[in-house]
Amino acid sequence: MKQLLRKVFLVDLLEGLRVTFRHQHPKQIVTEQYPFERPKIGERYRGAPRLNINPENGDTLCIACDLCALACPENLIVVGWERNPETKKKELVTFTYDISRCMFCGLCEDACPVDALELTQDFEMAGYSREGAILDRQTLEQGLLPTQYRY
Amino acid sequence: MADTFLDASELVLNMGPQHPSTHGVLRVILKLDGERVLSTECVIGYLHRGVEKIAENRTWQMFAPYVDRMDYVAAVSNGLGYCLAVEKLLQVEAPPRAQAVRVILTELNRIASHLLWLGTHALDIGAITPLFYCMRERELILNIYEKYCGARLTTHAFRIGGLQYETYDGFEKEVLDFCDIFEKKIDEYEELLTGNRIWQQRLKGVGILTAADCKEYGVTGPMLRAAGVKWDLRKAQPYSGYEKYDFEIPTGENGDTWDRYVVRMQEMRQSVRIVRQAVADIPAGPIMAKVGKVIKPPVGEAYVSIEAPKGELGYYVVSDGSTQPYRVRIRPPSFVNLQALDKMCRGALVADVVAIIGTTDIVLGEVDR
Repeated sequence: MKQLLRKVFLVDLLEGLRVTFRHQHPKQIVTEQYPFERPKIGERYRGAPRLNINPENGDTLCIACDLCALACPENLIVVGWERNPETKKKELVTFTYDISRCMFCGLCEDACPVDALELTQDFEMAGYSREGAILDRQTLEQGLLPTQYRY
Repeated sequence: MADTFLDASELVLNMGPQHPSTHGVLRVILKLDGERVLSTECVIGYLHRGVEKIAENRTWQMFAPYVDRMDYVAAVSNGLGYCLAVEKLLQVEAPPRAQAVRVILTELNRIASHLLWLGTHALDIGAITPLFYCMRERELILNIYEKYCGARLTTHAFRIGGLQYETYDGFEKEVLDFCDIFEKKIDEYEELLTGNRIWQQRLKGVGILTAADCKEYGVTGPMLRAAGVKWDLRKAQPYSGYEKYDFEIPTGENGDTWDRYVVRMQEMRQSVRIVRQAVADIPAGPIMAKVGKVIKPPVGEAYVSIEAPKGELGYYVVSDGSTQPYRVRIRPPSFVNLQALDKMCRGALVADVVAIIGTTDIVLGEVDR
């Protein structure tokens, strides 16, 4: 009898609907209004790469040791260097980083002995061309230019 | 004339690879007699990337991020399996602290994987609401991952020999908060689905796979347990310190889609239980065992299997003493479980095929590798 009444009055469906309506309360809204509302990104987030420079004199921190290029599973980092004839030290000339092939595993960042290469919290890397995804030394030092969205 | 007119021969129907309920790119060729399925044939390989071959051209450490891309909804479990296999080759063991953190993260991953399964499975059958709720709770887990290791889906959280990252401030509290929230939410999902008459009728008695069938096909994980076999690698051959935690293996009786639903829901509760125990007792100490920067395992081979959310995930690694693997063979649970699809689908209705694919809980990245 109880079973029949439950069937007639659709009790199990109403129980489910109760949950649904409980979630209609404005407090329950979890949608993030991106891009109006910026998402909170974790501190360790592995996003767009950056080549750090010394903030005092603007020199690069990179010692051109090539460890990041060796650590990279996709082989997408190319470090160009030449030896300074006076100091006999390696100096960084070019640095390319192909984010079109990057899987942001963080191995290059771990390999860097001087914390020069860093994966930043910047996640907006969409572009219009494949060439644009190959970052040169200048872009890596400045960071990717912020994208302007029109809406 | 009338006889031949009514004599409908069997109809061949292609389901997928773009069908939304095939969870990616699975193509199933259905042979139908009216609404009944006579036989099915799976066409796989649309997502094949040759992960095992890639391994032969990478060093041991470099291959670790690739395994995340097989079962991408349970990337942490995949990473754990690979790390354990190489650690067995190297004959090192991760420090206790690393083991505890590994257990926490893999159990959270099991919850995340089951949540995605629940949401999409319910969506396939027609209950759209649970998907949004499941995704909302999964987001909390992904936020923990993002804070811990910097990535949300393909995490690359573990390294060979231990962990790369120390836990962040407030890690324990955040995980416990999640447990508190999540236990109430499972009740909510059950309220939405378990009592629902339509849900019950769509699942009960559909896609029965008996214990004997499971063993024949090599089916593992929740599908095996739903058939009543109490087999869980976390209990049977504990790894990463699972023997320290107290939990139960939920089992079903009939091995139908309903039992698999019940078993997976119970597993999420058990995972919460394990996470609570693990968080309460994270030992202090180092997070990385002594492995060199260049990993050169001795010549030999090792097989390690772990209980991934979908079943037994095995890594068979062979070393020739160099910095690169000689061979990595992966036993993916989804691939093996998918074999049983034909057995389950025979005699079922076309609409049930969708339910059966959903309950198999396959990830095509892992099936095709």
